[in-house]
Amino acid sequence: MSVSVKRVPQAADALAHLTEISTQIEAAVVLDRDGQVQAATVDDERAGRIARSALELFRQADQQREQELVQLDAALAGGSVFVVRDAERLIAATTGPGPTAGLVFYDLKSALRSFAEPAPKPKRAPAKRAATTRKKKDASA
Amino acid sequence: MRARRALAVGAALGSAIGAVVLRRRAGRSRDRVELYFEDGSLVTLAQGTAGAEPLLLHARELLAAARG
Repeated sequence: MSVSVKRVPQAADALAHLTEISTQIEAAVVLDRDGQVQAATVDDERAGRIARSALELFRQADQQREQELVQLDAALAGGSVFVVRDAERLIAATTGPGPTAGLVFYDLKSALRSFAEPAPKPKRAPAKRAATTRKKKDASA
Repeated sequence: MRARRALAVGAALGSAIGAVVLRRRAGRSRDRVELYFEDGSLVTLAQGTAGAEPLLLHARELLAAARG
């Protein structure tokens, strides 16, 4: 399976925010449903490998039941792995051993939501008031 | 006599508590995957159970990739 990397600046900002607020998350990668990396806290080579494993993990886990899988976590001896999806993307993250899973899931979902929201439009400078001269009402009218 | 009995009860109690702690610790150290589905159901696959190994393999790869 080939995984390409095409970073999206808005997603990178959201990931930077994620690692800022969550002290448990060591690495995180956002990818689309085809495996293309959109943002990552690690270099492109590692991001590609993480995305490939996350996609395979999620696809195989999704086949366990007829219901659609929405998130998973794997607790391993050396740390934990989390994968959460929304309609368009997946976010994969790793933590050290024994994380607070609920908190990590919450932070990852928040990050995914922030990708889905449209980027705020830059504020326009207030329009200068046109210098107009009011006509004095015609006193004779 | 009473002291000997208390010692025996204490030893039995201590070993029982130790066994519980060890069993819990062993259970925690086993790798596992938890799957959350859209209908709210949760499936836990512990190491050694059917279907767990392929998922744990990918999870280990992912963790190794993240740590370089």
